[in-house]
Amino acid sequence: MRIASSLPASAGVGFKPQHFPAIAAVAQPLGFFEVHAENYMGAGGPPHAQLGFLRERYALSFHGVGLSIGSTERIDRAHLARLRILCDRYQPESFSEHLAWSSHGGIFFNDLLPLPYTQATLATIIEHVDEVQAALGRRMLLENPATYVRFAESEISEPAFLAAIAGATGCGLLLDVNNVYVSARNHGAEARVYLDEFPLDLVGEIHLAGHFETVDEAGAPLCIDAHGSPMIDEVLALYESVIGRTGPLPTLIEWDNDVPDWPILLGQAQSAQAVLDRCCARDRAQSAA
Amino acid sequence: MPHALQAEFATVLRDPALPLPTSVISHTSRTPQKRFAVYRNNVMVGLIGALESRFPATRRIVGDEFFAAAARVFASTQPPRSPLMMTYGDEFPDFLASFEPAAEIAYLADVAGLEAARTRAYHAADAAPLEPAAFSQIDADRLADLCIVLHPSVEIIRSQFPIVVIWAMNAGDMELGPVADWRGDDALVARPALDVEVRRLPPGAAAFLQSLSADAPLGTAAESAAASDPAFDLAVNLAALFSAGLAISATHRP
Repeated sequence: MRIASSLPASAGVGFKPQHFPAIAAVAQPLGFFEVHAENYMGAGGPPHAQLGFLRERYALSFHGVGLSIGSTERIDRAHLARLRILCDRYQPESFSEHLAWSSHGGIFFNDLLPLPYTQATLATIIEHVDEVQAALGRRMLLENPATYVRFAESEISEPAFLAAIAGATGCGLLLDVNNVYVSARNHGAEARVYLDEFPLDLVGEIHLAGHFETVDEAGAPLCIDAHGSPMIDEVLALYESVIGRTGPLPTLIEWDNDVPDWPILLGQAQSAQAVLDRCCARDRAQSAA
Repeated sequence: MPHALQAEFATVLRDPALPLPTSVISHTSRTPQKRFAVYRNNVMVGLIGALESRFPATRRIVGDEFFAAAARVFASTQPPRSPLMMTYGDEFPDFLASFEPAAEIAYLADVAGLEAARTRAYHAADAAPLEPAAFSQIDADRLADLCIVLHPSVEIIRSQFPIVVIWAMNAGDMELGPVADWRGDDALVARPALDVEVRRLPPGAAAFLQSLSADAPLGTAAESAAASDPAFDLAVNLAALFSAGLAISATHRP
């Protein structure tokens, strides 16, 4: 089975069709592009023409948003088959999905919904990740979610839960640093404590994004993972601390709502690239010393 | 996650009147309504947004507020059944046709139908159109048994209203203004290359193209077109069919 991710350890951007003319005009200083796999499950047209263009020039990451790996029902085999066809056609350097569920009872909720972290849930997810990896003939990356509520029955921490899935299935992990920040604020916890527990050696890709903050009925912070603004400095600082420990990793900027003009999005990627470059420079200085 | 808990979560997500599942908590509350509402809001805003981006002209006709309200009713009663969001809203035109508050805008559902067809054409399979030169190579004596395969993106929307001009005005392709010639339109939606095209069909062309789509040979298609509108002109329609890139193959029946 192929390794979980062979994306280059540089900055990439979530592709939006409105940016295609700007991206196609000149070679972009980016290591890869990521697309939501479901947007390319139509038969033809501009989506495939654009994806084909990107495929010829850049590394590609396929990020699924509809597989509902955390579902207590069976994995949607028809959807898995579509994913297989897409991966076979484009041979992306990475495929990732979420520790979440999005379908139930025949309804697709179009959102990433939370799970209680119990032994029973763990067994279900392991089974589903095994099934996905067998169907795709490749290892996948599983992403930590942004969550807004907890479950009283949760008995395992999220980092330990993800580590157990990776241990049992051989999948890698996608560390969304913004999600770490958002979830920690939402649950009155510390992002750095979460990251200390996270199995960083299993991370194949990092996600960065913006969020906005409001308050709940008790006046406590409530962060919403909206992907509609620049990342905040605290998230960039957390990211730098992760990269300091792991070394350079493929790093994606996600911006899905109120999508800005291309130069602004590229600027976000360049901020992440600067962190990666600083890390490489430090490594070189250390090995020269 | 117990199946019953996920089922309950899913049900409560769709019905704000129901109490939260008892095991859903936060560090600040045993009933974190506002936090749970983030999920409800994500779902609803996401679905309304998907409809807004698929039906921009429909939205412009009724206004943002009315559209959001209609989309909310549709999303509540007809949520997506597939993770392929590109197909979400295929039933929205039919919903609008029977949506009482929109009843006085009689053409609304047909304009939405045209927009829904545009998305399907955008994602339709690719196929190389026959070159217009292929038209001149057709054996004129055997036209009647010519079988023409139309491009997979082709759709026809027949309306009692001038939907092509109404759509164009509200899609920003034409300035808004009074519609001079208020009559029904047969609209053609097609994407022979990468751009989705919308045009008004001449008399009888809709029946002609629909007949060809149903695998009728040219002679039969021309007859049904002439029956539907005596003004149907085969030569003009055939030339237009090839010059617009709507035909992907033309073979004589063996």
